Amino acid sequence: MGQSLMKKFATSVAFAAALGAATAAVPASAETLRMAWSQDATGLDPHKQTAFSSLRLLELVYEPLVRLNADLEIIPAIAESWEFSEDGKTLTFKLDADAKFQNGEKVTPADVKASFERVLDEATGAAARANFTSIESIDTPDETTVVFNLSQPDVPMLTAMTSINAAVVPASEIEAGTIGTKAIGSGPFKLDSWEPNQKEVLSANPDWAGGEVKVDGINISVLPDETAILAALRTKQVDFALINDPLVATLVPNEASLELSRTPVLAYHVLQLNPSREPMTELAVRQAISCAIDRQDVLDTALLGEGAVTGPLTMPAYRSDPGALFCYERDVEKAKQLMADAGYEDGFSATVIAATGEPPTAAAEAQVIQSQLAEIGIKLDIKMMELNVYVDTWLKGDFDMAVALNGGRADPYSMYNRYWTKDGNLQHVANYIDDTLDSLMQEGRVETDFDKRKEIFAKFETHLAEVSPWIWLYTGYTYTAQQKNVKGFVPSPTGTLFGLTEVSVGE
Amino acid sequence: MNYLARRLMTFPLVMLGVSVLVFVSIRLVPGDAITAMLGTEAGLLTPDQRAALEAYFGIDQGWFTQYWRWLAGAVQGDLGVSVTFGKPVLDVILERFPLTLELALLSMVIALAIGLPAGIFAATRNEKPSDLAVRIFAMIGQSTPNFVFALLAIYVLSVGFGVLPAMGEFTPFLENPLRNLGQMILPALTLGFAFAAAVTRISRSAMLDILSDDYIRTARAKGVPARKVIWRHALPNALIPVVTLSGVEFGYLLGGTVIVEQIFALPGLGRMVLDAILQRDYALVQGSVLFIALNFMIVNLLVDLAYAMLDPRIRLGAK
Repeated sequence: MGQSLMKKFATSVAFAAALGAATAAVPASAETLRMAWSQDATGLDPHKQTAFSSLRLLELVYEPLVRLNADLEIIPAIAESWEFSEDGKTLTFKLDADAKFQNGEKVTPADVKASFERVLDEATGAAARANFTSIESIDTPDETTVVFNLSQPDVPMLTAMTSINAAVVPASEIEAGTIGTKAIGSGPFKLDSWEPNQKEVLSANPDWAGGEVKVDGINISVLPDETAILAALRTKQVDFALINDPLVATLVPNEASLELSRTPVLAYHVLQLNPSREPMTELAVRQAISCAIDRQDVLDTALLGEGAVTGPLTMPAYRSDPGALFCYERDVEKAKQLMADAGYEDGFSATVIAATGEPPTAAAEAQVIQSQLAEIGIKLDIKMMELNVYVDTWLKGDFDMAVALNGGRADPYSMYNRYWTKDGNLQHVANYIDDTLDSLMQEGRVETDFDKRKEIFAKFETHLAEVSPWIWLYTGYTYTAQQKNVKGFVPSPTGTLFGLTEVSVGE
Repeated sequence: MNYLARRLMTFPLVMLGVSVLVFVSIRLVPGDAITAMLGTEAGLLTPDQRAALEAYFGIDQGWFTQYWRWLAGAVQGDLGVSVTFGKPVLDVILERFPLTLELALLSMVIALAIGLPAGIFAATRNEKPSDLAVRIFAMIGQSTPNFVFALLAIYVLSVGFGVLPAMGEFTPFLENPLRNLGQMILPALTLGFAFAAAVTRISRSAMLDILSDDYIRTARAKGVPARKVIWRHALPNALIPVVTLSGVEFGYLLGGTVIVEQIFALPGLGRMVLDAILQRDYALVQGSVLFIALNFMIVNLLVDLAYAMLDPRIRLGAK
């Protein structure tokens, strides 16, 4: 036995030595930001990608005409200035004369025109196409001017143009069919290499018209397990990381050398009811569900309180006090009364679907809701699904109820026209037609005065909460964790990492 | 050799069966490459947009046509192109395989180096306290899920000692062996311990069986030293179940180890297959499952050949 013990000892010594060598070999780089995230980008075509990580990566490489700052105000990107005509039917952009693609070519009005025509071409399969259908034609009168001629006044379109899904790409690359295989943008960083689900290497673009980037580059590692990201931060292998799971994020401040920043996001957690299925067809039943749910309690239990209760409008400029909305104070007696009014005093059974890991707290949310609804006799059966299966089921509208985390937009019309207008693309998922909601949406679309728009959407929100096709719960945070020597990052409610252009890594 | 030829001839048949199974099952799961890419935004596509994307992903034709096209390519060694990597499937697999093979070999070395001596030791001290200790250890090893071990190891190292093997930037063995081993040691130990526990238990019980056989009693009666009885007479026979177990386990490890690769951010086959399934990268799923099946068959064949070497009484292929 002595022999094998010796062998065991020898191997462990050798392994320990190797381990030590490996950790010592990590270079302490001051110039390149080492970043980690758990979910990698899924592709490089800025017009086709909608996954969170893809957008975050592509925002560093490509640029739209305009972008949103951290207060969600529209600021210049490739366009220096812009203007709506009196009648709201032409939108004119002046381009930054210094804007250059990473292949050295200037960004011209022809590139802008080609990019938007690509988005509008059905053969592209661009998901954001629906936001730009009012574009009738695009003119390029001179070297720096682009004119969009619209079929109707379309105020929300300008906000939609801030998305990287409306990025300006080189016309030559469209022609060559290389969008999505090569990433050539005009943005602050060049993508030097990408190994899917492993890493991205970005280097600063010295020709970026937007200014000077403070780091030499960014190396992004994909560490699929967020606990491992936390460990990598603790051992200083990583300078900056994105964190999704609130349970992991709340552990970051325990470490003296780390900083956590939370930014409220526009995406909202919601319990979607299906008003085309019995008994959710009954207004009273839907309202009873709304009254029976304690939103703060779901938030506290499932998300450790990491968020804020919200109504349908999650953007800061339109957000109102949710306490004023229908039944945002839990009222079980009223809920029971409503159930009785609808003839369901004995309750009913229903199935709620939720996606595994998306959000990470989905299962916990479903369980808390299950226990709260049990108090008014509703027996919920929770069905957890793999994300793709969930998406497929969700798109077919094939559920009684769904726990969802839906993306938000900076503009209420762009955010909700898909669900609550009669010809919305996802009307069949929401399954609820309401004349008031539809007409308020149309009013909001054409109104250019901010205060009047705000009033219109406030009415919209109050009505939506009252008819309760869905039960809006809360918004969470996006988290970034960083070493204390990483300075200058400004997070944004859109989740963009564009703030990395201002980041420097100190000693 | 006749046996070997016959075994090899069954390979294409099994592969064909596997290919049909994986082809059909991945398509039966709801969702496709388009929902994987766009999520719920896929609902915003117009029918024409959808058709264009289906053509792009090669899922616009009927299943039969798709399968036929794929099979025709596969026979010639062309497993298609992965839509997530934008590279030929075989290239993607071969890039990942060395890591998986290395991890499997390291875990097996750890498992046998610990498990075999421990099992034999326990068998020779049957029912004594030291035997009991080994058995309890083995039981714990086998019943601890490997993610618990992995996360515990990461936590203890990073919080307790402030060190951690570099994660995310994987270094191949040939590039820098020391750094590579540093990155592989924790995952290999994680997998190796559970594997060692299984080896311990099976080698202990096999050894106990053999030690009560007549020929061992004869050997002892003839005055053969105890050490020699164990190592020369008993061990070769006791190895048969160990080889079976190791073969099966090794075959599994070659298919990649999703959880361990996930936690340690290793770019191995397991994570690749998982990501391919989640992103509905059909060509990559089909190609890699086929590759894993082939590995499994080869390992099984090697195990059967090893039996014949360990025990001359076993005649392969004899009726």
